Amino acid sequence: MKRKHLLGLKDITAEEIEEILDTAAEMKKLLNQNVKKTPHLQGKNITTLFYENSTRTRVSFETAAKIMGANTFNISASSSSVQKGETLIDTGKTLEALLTDVVIIRHNKSGAAQHLSKNVRNMSVVNGGDGMNEHPTQALLDMLTMKEKFGSFKGLKVVIAGDVKHSRVARSNIWGLNKMGAEVTLAAPATLMPMEVESMGVKATNDLDSVLEGANVVMGLRVQLERQQAGLFPSIAEYHKYYGLTPARINRADPDAIVMHPGPINRGLELSSETADGESSYILEQVTNGVAVRMAVLFLLSRR
Amino acid sequence: MNILIKNGLTVTPDGMVEQDVYIEDSTIVKIGKNIDAATDKVIDAEGLAVMAGFVDMHCHLRDPGQEYKEDIDSGTAAALQGGFTTVACMPNTAPPLDSPALIKYVVGKAAEVDNARVLPIGCITKGMKGNELAEIGLMQEAGAIAFSDDGRPVENGNTMRLALEYAKGIDALIISHCEDKSLLADGVVNEGMNATIAGLKGITRAAEESMVAREILLAAALDARVHIAHVSTKNSVRLIREAKKWGVKVTCETCPHYIAATDEEILSYNTYAKINPPLRTDDDVAAVIEGLKDGTIDAIATDHAPHHEDEKNVGFDYAPFGTSGFETAFGVCYTYLVEAGHLDIVELSKLMSENPARILRCGGGLLQEGQRADIAIADLNEEYTVDRNKFVSKGKNSVFDGWKLKGKIKHVLVEGRIKEIK
Repeated sequence: MKRKHLLGLKDITAEEIEEILDTAAEMKKLLNQNVKKTPHLQGKNITTLFYENSTRTRVSFETAAKIMGANTFNISASSSSVQKGETLIDTGKTLEALLTDVVIIRHNKSGAAQHLSKNVRNMSVVNGGDGMNEHPTQALLDMLTMKEKFGSFKGLKVVIAGDVKHSRVARSNIWGLNKMGAEVTLAAPATLMPMEVESMGVKATNDLDSVLEGANVVMGLRVQLERQQAGLFPSIAEYHKYYGLTPARINRADPDAIVMHPGPINRGLELSSETADGESSYILEQVTNGVAVRMAVLFLLSRR
Repeated sequence: MNILIKNGLTVTPDGMVEQDVYIEDSTIVKIGKNIDAATDKVIDAEGLAVMAGFVDMHCHLRDPGQEYKEDIDSGTAAALQGGFTTVACMPNTAPPLDSPALIKYVVGKAAEVDNARVLPIGCITKGMKGNELAEIGLMQEAGAIAFSDDGRPVENGNTMRLALEYAKGIDALIISHCEDKSLLADGVVNEGMNATIAGLKGITRAAEESMVAREILLAAALDARVHIAHVSTKNSVRLIREAKKWGVKVTCETCPHYIAATDEEILSYNTYAKINPPLRTDDDVAAVIEGLKDGTIDAIATDHAPHHEDEKNVGFDYAPFGTSGFETAFGVCYTYLVEAGHLDIVELSKLMSENPARILRCGGGLLQEGQRADIAIADLNEEYTVDRNKFVSKGKNSVFDGWKLKGKIKHVLVEGRIKEIK
């Protein structure tokens, strides 16, 4: 992989995805060792720059970087010069001047990672989630989880259910899974489905139950409670009735199907507790795979 | 001073004809072949199109209050580069042009800088707040050419009704920026495929169209005139076409960017392509062009919306709406309407001069004996690449930066005085 930034899976090739997943599989072996340490990123400075709250993504990147021996720094907008009115570009340039090799940015606006990447010189930018656009490392860890379980993406039936409209996780998964040959179907109420989403090469339905048969992966998406207050769906009960991932629903899928979710989960809304904690749930496996994928991404980008 | 424009191709309702134009002081005195007159100055226009100067009925000069974006001097100088000899500027300045004193300020400063003629548009409501009517009559007396809260819609239907009614009583024109804010849903681009792909929030076309429908029905109920600003969607064009059939006194304009660009421009998060109303799709572009061809759309205006680089070089959601427009308008229209075979140069000239002048009732807009000598002379064969850094406008925020265009303004005269073109 020769690229400098990882901004999304929209503009990345299948070969690059393959390379990241293969490298991540190697990295995962390290995670199973008693001593979790390698010198891959020794002498590198890696900074997380988060304009939104996050637990798993930030800690996951930091864990990945620390395992590989990098110096790590964490900046959250709420306790930085951003509060003094510093622009994203100026913050980025300052981090570059502070000898940062890789910055991971999380921002609530789409296009923020690309905007930052255009305004720095040598520093690599990793998109840790930008608005409704992309969350590439999340999709890559999802894909690693699927690959470990099923071996290949060819013909894999993936159903993504929930608030697709506002979901960067869904978009990155659509781009990535499509490139690898999986069949993606989206299920959401019409108000939570993006307009003309079929143009991205997926099927879309408002009837989740009708598309579960034969599904290998059922991925739930987080539904923010504010969406209900904004009038996008009538009530939690109605949402859960039609789109909640309950054991009854999962039983309609392929017997070997797995349940995934990017977290954090709303128990009783998009996911019932029985499903979240059940045998087919790979939610915690995803979290561990996140570390392996981020090790791979950080390594491949800093190797240039 | 007497000027002879020699051997140009004059563009008039009669077609494009090689002949001379003779100007005495501020007036076109004679148009004809081989004019032999004693002159102070001869402009050799061989092979060039000689047109009435363009009349832009919708632009933003940002003066007073936002001179870091543009001011009356830089804005009107930029207008001249684009062949515009008259510009009507919108009142969303800081403070907004909602009083006779502010209208007089614009008129006075424009006279002082003496570039293009400036016709200020006054606010419909005080402070553009959408509540009380501004002093429309007094502003009209002070030189306001029309009234609009452009940049914002008049949200309250009754306020718009009263504005149309009152304006009708004093024979004033209301220009409506059609946008139902309650339908915006924080959108920043056109709703549809490209918004979905970019993960940017979409604005439904209905936000524009529902207010176009409201204005049409109000104008019909009151038998009042209304002009719809920057029409951008297929259904807006259809609504206005139908209204004209009913006899409603509605006129409208579109802008070069709705003729030549689509929302594909936003896929790269190019903030210069963040415009309000948003760039639409091929379907809408085709409908807008159809509307220009069949007379549904009366005029082409720039909606020149200059912004500072620091304001545009931010994340897409944070950037202000608008593209710089004066210096690319003719090239874009010539390339995408005339070269593309949709209109001829006579029709384009009418859309950029005669029609807007007629709607504004400001005089000019015609290349005719006895008219003001406001003239734009263009080389229709010159091809060039737009370089925003060479703009005279302070607003370098052009969605057309890097585009290859054909048709370039070479000379401009305002009231018989030659203005310098870069």
